[in-house]
Amino acid sequence: MSSPIAPAAGRDGGRDRGPAPAAAGPRGGTPRPRLSINLRQSGIYVALALIVALFSVLTEGAMLQPQNISNIIVQNSYILILAIGMILIIISGHIDLSVGSVVGVTGAIAAVLMVNHNVPWPLALLVTLVAGALIGAWQGYWTAYFGIPSFIVTLAGMLLFRALTLTVLGNQGIGPFPDEVRTLSNGFTGSYLGNVGLGPLGGADLFSLLVGVALCAALAVTQWRTRKARLGYSQTVDPMPVFLLRIGAAALLIMVVTVQLARFHNLPWVLVLLAALVLGYSLLTGRTVFGRHVYAVGGNLQAAVLSGVKAKSVVFWLFVNMGVLASIAGIVFAGRLNQAGPTAGNSFELDAIAAAFIGGAAVQGGVGKVVGAITGGLIMAVINNGMSLIGAPSERVMLVKGLVLLAAVAFDIWTKRRSGSPILR
Amino acid sequence: MTDHILTMTGITKSFPGVHALRDVNLKVRRGEIHAICGENGAGKSTLMKVLSGVYPHGSYDGEIRFDGEECRFSGVRDSEALGIVIIHQELALCPQLSIAENLFLGNERRRRGLIDWNRTNHEAARLLERVGLPENPTTVVADLGVGKQQLVEIAKALAKRVRLLILDEPTAALNDEDSAHLLDLMRGLRDEGVTSVIISHKLNEVLAVADTVSILRDGQMIETLDPAAGAVTEDRIISGMVGRDLEHRYPPHEPQIGEEVLRIEDWTVHSPVQHDRKVVDGASLTLRRGEIVGLAGLMGAGRTELAMSVFGRTYGTDVSGRLFKDGRPIEVRDVRDAIRHGLAYATEDRKRYGLNLIQDIRQNVSAASLRRLARRGWVNGHEEHAVAERYRAEMNIKAPDVLAVTGKLSGGNQQKVVLAKWIHTDPDVLILDEPTRGIDVGAKYEIYTIVQRLAREGKAILLISSELPELLGMCDRIYTMAAGRITGEVARADATQELLMRHMTLEKEAAR
Repeated sequence: MSSPIAPAAGRDGGRDRGPAPAAAGPRGGTPRPRLSINLRQSGIYVALALIVALFSVLTEGAMLQPQNISNIIVQNSYILILAIGMILIIISGHIDLSVGSVVGVTGAIAAVLMVNHNVPWPLALLVTLVAGALIGAWQGYWTAYFGIPSFIVTLAGMLLFRALTLTVLGNQGIGPFPDEVRTLSNGFTGSYLGNVGLGPLGGADLFSLLVGVALCAALAVTQWRTRKARLGYSQTVDPMPVFLLRIGAAALLIMVVTVQLARFHNLPWVLVLLAALVLGYSLLTGRTVFGRHVYAVGGNLQAAVLSGVKAKSVVFWLFVNMGVLASIAGIVFAGRLNQAGPTAGNSFELDAIAAAFIGGAAVQGGVGKVVGAITGGLIMAVINNGMSLIGAPSERVMLVKGLVLLAAVAFDIWTKRRSGSPILR
Repeated sequence: MTDHILTMTGITKSFPGVHALRDVNLKVRRGEIHAICGENGAGKSTLMKVLSGVYPHGSYDGEIRFDGEECRFSGVRDSEALGIVIIHQELALCPQLSIAENLFLGNERRRRGLIDWNRTNHEAARLLERVGLPENPTTVVADLGVGKQQLVEIAKALAKRVRLLILDEPTAALNDEDSAHLLDLMRGLRDEGVTSVIISHKLNEVLAVADTVSILRDGQMIETLDPAAGAVTEDRIISGMVGRDLEHRYPPHEPQIGEEVLRIEDWTVHSPVQHDRKVVDGASLTLRRGEIVGLAGLMGAGRTELAMSVFGRTYGTDVSGRLFKDGRPIEVRDVRDAIRHGLAYATEDRKRYGLNLIQDIRQNVSAASLRRLARRGWVNGHEEHAVAERYRAEMNIKAPDVLAVTGKLSGGNQQKVVLAKWIHTDPDVLILDEPTRGIDVGAKYEIYTIVQRLAREGKAILLISSELPELLGMCDRIYTMAAGRITGEVARADATQELLMRHMTLEKEAAR
């Protein structure tokens, strides 16, 4: 026989929930606000803000200069794209070590098609995306259906696709790329509506500013509607001041970034691409049946299967998806360098994995958010950028990034242990 | 003045919402075999976990004295250092290591920092002789049967110079012969001066070996009996354990039985690890609307295997047989087919197979019916929340709201979440595998009420249970299984524990 109670409900398990008997009674009249629940998730946003503030001081404001903000986004876009796919894989309880090599090989395929064979760029990009999907299907087959641990499959893939990169390229760089592809990686939206003066800040692109304002408005409206719907179903919501504060903070962040970008070169196209991906994948993970199945498979595989989730198919499609995202990153990276090189994408997998874990993914799977992975990626990006601005040598940058990764996961495990996970105790 | 090796005084241990132990006193005399009896959830295992330091000092109230010294264990290592060794129901051996390696795990025989294999195997052989296990010490544990593994566990305790041996349901998985050997061994150890505490449901065994019997009920020590003084019978123990009539433990139930819903014919399942072994052998049974049908059987009889293989082939290989739903033959190739045909299976192991413990109540409730809550692949989160909230209120799931993580709920509330998950798939047939295992008494009654309500709504229930009183109290009809075969079908009016047990222990030849 066993104890009647889950041992997880340990010493302080019930403390922040109030007395249990009260909870057992009928629901109270007014919804009770819940704030403390997402400390782990909101912690990384606070961490990002602190790191940005720290480097702004250390670099005497150079960090937040318009050109620098633009640089951070453009220089890290491909890692962030990979991080989106990686967090999904990690939530499902797997890992992908091969994405760096896939970036290399897909960039090489695009280059060979466009440069050596003069294939029109839209067709070449399409073929590249399909190639990425096929690569993902290959790894997904071995992982999901054959049952080899993804660590091994993708470790093999890391070698295989690097070898393929070298073969496709014939061991040399291939370029230059058509202007359209380079624009996607390096270019900016046009000055469709001209400039406006922003007083002491100087001139700024009106179109970019309007996009920023529209984004803030859309954010506020959707949040407001969700809140109303929740109240309609008598669920608990944040108290009004907290709600306004959160929307205000998000809007402020969006506007600071867009104003700075508008003062420099308008919006980078790759930022537009990234924003679309983040939005799309956030909806996929949070609102769709497929997204829910990803969390279910990662949280408890057997329970998911016994609830009718086709776990193998879920994992397979996640790898296909990762392949496609890696090929997008491959195109962006090659376009940015204007050349597909044999070493393109080296060690990108490590940055993408680090971004996912700093952003709140759990090592055992089942936990994580797309926005979290992006935030994790930005934390790494800001550290990289800030440290190079103050002239730190690269070994010290590496040292700090390593420690940050370790600290982030240590914090995760520490918070879990505090909430009474029995095995880690 | 009696010589007590162990006294536990005023032990109180509570978990959020539940008092697992209330002011429990336990005195164990030196050199005796002391049995602790009680229903599932009475607090026996919790008491032993307090004693062995699994729940460290400070997490409970009360005092433990061992050999006259007050003990404040901060972990199992502390209690083992004093010679208190607990052998859990789930054996804790490393299957891929040899017997000798297991015996001295964490306690290795060393010479100059290296393992002294000669001494290890020599001492292991002596220990095996003491427990009467004629095996080579280098045999890999995975190659032993459960009974022999149990003996290895005891030998391992002896290797630690055990003074107080605690056995939690040691014979639950053993056959009669192995059980008898184990009980002999316990008597032998008593003669060597080892004190034992045995937790067991098998009252005949308790009476056969115990010098003292303590009875726990609902977290409280009810009484301590002395069989040596005579007049202690199984019935006497049962009345102490139960403390009330059988009738009052089960809600009143008036069956309204309708048409046949599900018929299983000639169902045969082979073991996925030994392909030539039949785990279920030609089983046939029928379920009718509004009927609660029991499935009784000892461990290894094939009950869970039968249920899981019917529920979308989630167990076994080379499954054959026919399924009829409402009289029409159906094919159930996977879990989705099963759900589509109105089958639901609530697992016996809710933590491993039933719940996603890191997710909240809401997401667990919707897990098997997400498509019903979605349109074109988009989940209606608000509707989902409302549905979960409705079940929380209806089933009295004790949690502040449906965003509470299921891993933090008590066993009874977790089980209610599992039931809610399956009820929301709107099944016609609900297979409930040990639905009250490890659940405290109050929650059990609530679960019974839910099950009966489902039957009243016209669903067919197949209740798999190892507790015969539960089957007798709940079911309209009971099938018995032994060695993969259906060995009997007993109507409610005719059923007694003795009759069921006789069918459950039928030999293969007699079964047909």
